[in-house]
Amino acid sequence: MEIIILKPKREFKVPIFAECITPDILAGKTLSEIEKLPVIEGGKETNLCELFQIEGKTGSSPNDTKIKLVGDFSKVRCIGSEMTDGEIIVEGNAGLRLGEKMRGGRITVHGNAGSWLGTMMVNGEIEVFGDAGHYIGSSYRGAREGMRSGTIKVHGSAGSEIGNFMRGGTIIIDGCVDIFAGIHMQGGEILIRGDSAGRIGAFMRGGKIVLCGYTPSVLPSFTIEELRPKVKIAGERIEETFYLFIGDHADEGNGKLFISKDRNPHLKHYERFL
Amino acid sequence: MSKALLIKNGIVYDPLNGIDGERMDIAVKNGVIVEDVSGKDIEVIDASGMIVMPGGVDIHAHIAGSEVDAGRLLRPEDHIKDVEPKTPYTRSGVGYSVPSTWTTGYRYVRMGYTTVMNPSMPPLEARHTHEELNDTPIIDKATYPLLGDSWFVLEFLSRDMIEECAAFVAWMIKATKGYAIKLVNPGGLETWGFGGNVESIDDQVPYFNITPREIIRGLCKVNKLLNLPHTIHVHTNNLGKPGNYLTAIRTMDCVKDLADGERAIHVTHCQFSSFKGVDWATMESGADAIARYVNMHDHVTIDMGQVIFTDTTTMTADGPFQYGLHLLTGNKWVNHDVETETSSGIVPFRYRPKSIVHAVQWCIGLELALLIKEPWKVFVSTDHPNGGPFFKYPDVISWLMSEKARKTVMKKMRKAALKRTTLPSIDREYTFYEVAIATRAGPAKALGLENKGHLGVGAIADIAIYAINPENVNPSRDYKLIRNAFSRAAYTIKSGEIVVKDGKVVGYAQGKTYWVDVEISDEAMETIKMLGEVFKQYYTVEFENYPIPEDYLAASHRIPRKSGI
Repeated sequence: MEIIILKPKREFKVPIFAECITPDILAGKTLSEIEKLPVIEGGKETNLCELFQIEGKTGSSPNDTKIKLVGDFSKVRCIGSEMTDGEIIVEGNAGLRLGEKMRGGRITVHGNAGSWLGTMMVNGEIEVFGDAGHYIGSSYRGAREGMRSGTIKVHGSAGSEIGNFMRGGTIIIDGCVDIFAGIHMQGGEILIRGDSAGRIGAFMRGGKIVLCGYTPSVLPSFTIEELRPKVKIAGERIEETFYLFIGDHADEGNGKLFISKDRNPHLKHYERFL
Repeated sequence: MSKALLIKNGIVYDPLNGIDGERMDIAVKNGVIVEDVSGKDIEVIDASGMIVMPGGVDIHAHIAGSEVDAGRLLRPEDHIKDVEPKTPYTRSGVGYSVPSTWTTGYRYVRMGYTTVMNPSMPPLEARHTHEELNDTPIIDKATYPLLGDSWFVLEFLSRDMIEECAAFVAWMIKATKGYAIKLVNPGGLETWGFGGNVESIDDQVPYFNITPREIIRGLCKVNKLLNLPHTIHVHTNNLGKPGNYLTAIRTMDCVKDLADGERAIHVTHCQFSSFKGVDWATMESGADAIARYVNMHDHVTIDMGQVIFTDTTTMTADGPFQYGLHLLTGNKWVNHDVETETSSGIVPFRYRPKSIVHAVQWCIGLELALLIKEPWKVFVSTDHPNGGPFFKYPDVISWLMSEKARKTVMKKMRKAALKRTTLPSIDREYTFYEVAIATRAGPAKALGLENKGHLGVGAIADIAIYAINPENVNPSRDYKLIRNAFSRAAYTIKSGEIVVKDGKVVGYAQGKTYWVDVEISDEAMETIKMLGEVFKQYYTVEFENYPIPEDYLAASHRIPRKSGI
């Protein structure tokens, strides 16, 4: 696998749209061709070489191209958008819309990722070792087509409204999440190992959410179904007692919401409905 | 002032003057078409092998106003897929089904359209509508205030006070700088205020002793009394429901005796009013019945309301209909009640060829256009954005001109859908002359626009030139060429300025807002002043603050009319 390395030449002050940083576009191009690729900085169009120092070379096809981004990319948006194969490694922070509409391949971030991580993702894998922002695996604003397949793994915490209008695939958050995780969810799985700030699963119509941590309350439009001694999600088995809620009845939904019994003693009053 | 223009050797289609594909020159001076131009400072356009037509006139397209704006807010996902960067002559903007105001203007002129009518303006929100129309560049425009459910109109008409109602309507049109009387689901919107809807034109409207039939007839009489340039512009009751073709025919028929040999009613986006059947499972086309009625009667004009298979945003003042659509699709929905005047609703919608109902709808629009013999009675429209965005008109034109083009679309449909319509058996194809009528001359005539829609001496120099030669091209076979030519005008001339060249905007001309100023007698004016007190009870706005001053319009074009009251 050929490796190409991009390093920022300076600190970026304004947002940069770099939809060209994907194995699909870089593969099969010479270094001088790559340097000429257009990116938008603020309102102005410039070339990739104006902003980044580029080394190495790319493979002939996306699947043997590895892109290594070294440095702070938190102002750089749309990295890996619509990529179909290959690999992107970010050694530092990544900006908004990382892996948007991604169709395959792998993205690894050894730092934090911005919001809209893997929005409208069709397939592929994303792994973030730091924290991620809001709207992970969600749909575009106003649309109803969220993530369809693939896996997003965040080892840190995530923001609000993760898995908005999600239709399939898996989101795993090792840390905590903000409010409205799995809002409008229609399918797929979300595993949250940390705590939730609440309102989890609002308007969900299908799919599965597992919360191993604390949540202040469950929405009143959910009904309790049963107590489960264990839960299987994303290929692993979690041996712990869970409350199973069904909802969101406000949207005639039939989603499954598993909430840890041990971490949520204040939900004990639901047990009298069983 | 602009240069004089000479358009040489074009093949001219000018139906209002009876010119059918003659090779001739057109001269333009000071923004008006003249007999001939002479002198040095003349710009010559060589139009040999090209079609020259009057600028297009769109009789019904929702391009501005509060509901369009709410649609824009509702649909960010619609904008992201269609972004236009700025050019030296144009501003940037976004498009698709609810384009931004500037993009709307540019896209119209690129197709060779120069006049667009914005229907359904809630009178209370006229100020906002005119602000948006001011920002819609190049094209001329006008807007129709919604008067079919105004409490004042209902009260006057229920007491049979036609003259007083006429005085109120005249004041309202002047106050809101409107152009024609628009009725949307007359009576139904007031009923929607109580959560219901009317189901036929003889249902009672709650709290008003009146039926839709009386509203339609009353406003038709008012229209005659005020001598307005256009007829009443009606969106029928029961729109978008199976079996509603009978409602549409009854609506047309109820004003037959008021016509006096003239036109009396325009039924807009008639496709949505031509469904047969008892429910969605048995829904079929009722276009042949409507077409038969229109063929036999001269007091009616309609526009198609053609459906395009795409993702669009439906928006009408018909609140109950939009609620039904929201229940049907489960899509997001905006509902709005405008005080004492009207309602409105917005729901995103996707038309799919595989859906039997949508496929039948597609067929109905074309059936109407092809079964109605006279193109002077049926005009091209998609009820933008309800049936589809307006920049798909070239597709509609290609379907009208080519049976082969229709067949290619029909191949994508299910056989069960095609059994419910007569479209597969229709082989009529429009000629360029008929297209010129259905897209320009016909609407201009129906709207009573003088000096528009034709190329005679004295007409405003709104001209569209399309790079297609009718002598070498067979539209029925080369429908793709037709579509391309009509979507990218070779030249568009607006008021004597070249604004489009080879499908690109290269100039600017100030589009005017047309409005009607009906002169009424002092006695009638007294009636209006007495309304001030009632106004205080009904409205959140003071009577004195309600009218929009003329200088509020960026470029005003006042059309004075003398009335019979």
